[in-house]
Amino acid sequence: MFGFTALGVLLAMALVLVRGLAGPTVYDRILAVNAFGTLTVLLIAVHGFLSGRPDFLDIALVYTLINFIALIAVTKFAKFAHLGGPFEQRSWSDV
Amino acid sequence: MVAVLLDGLSWLCLVAGVLAALIGGIGLLRLPDVFSRMHAAGLIDTLAAGLIIVGLVLQSPSWTVAVKLILIIVFILFTSPTATHALARAALHGRVLPWLGDRSSPSEGAPSSKA
Repeated sequence: MFGFTALGVLLAMALVLVRGLAGPTVYDRILAVNAFGTLTVLLIAVHGFLSGRPDFLDIALVYTLINFIALIAVTKFAKFAHLGGPFEQRSWSDV
Repeated sequence: MVAVLLDGLSWLCLVAGVLAALIGGIGLLRLPDVFSRMHAAGLIDTLAAGLIIVGLVLQSPSWTVAVKLILIIVFILFTSPTATHALARAALHGRVLPWLGDRSSPSEGAPSSKA
């Protein structure tokens, strides 16, 4: 049962990767990476159940948060082409 | 009796979750435009993740495992809309206009994301 789920999630990951590679705009790629991250979380959780070790869920939990933070950082970089470093004259990028 | 019910229900949830993930993946490939692809990505984040994690909760051996799973789905449901919203704003800021279908030609000067 868990094996079937893991295979299904892997297949969905493959589909999402194709969009990630083929995506014309950079926003398609960010979207594909976001979906890929969520599917990775699911794969880690299912693998934790598959191998009978529930401590994998902590890794999945951390991965969910890191996935979100990374996505916001990449989106900000794609939008401003700059992560808002310690430059005085650029006051607009405080997102 | 309850075990059989739990197994059947969780098996159903897992299969439905996998189907939702596949549909989301196919949606990401086939939909014509960045903004419509966000629906498919949202489908993966909410439906697929929710169903698979509910299926796992039904199979979880102890309470701590179930609480961790519920925490995971809560974080996914909180962060996914925010991330998609930020991405949509960034896409609009990058002058990627939504594809308005074949009847109206995409306006000049704006890189239509129809591909």
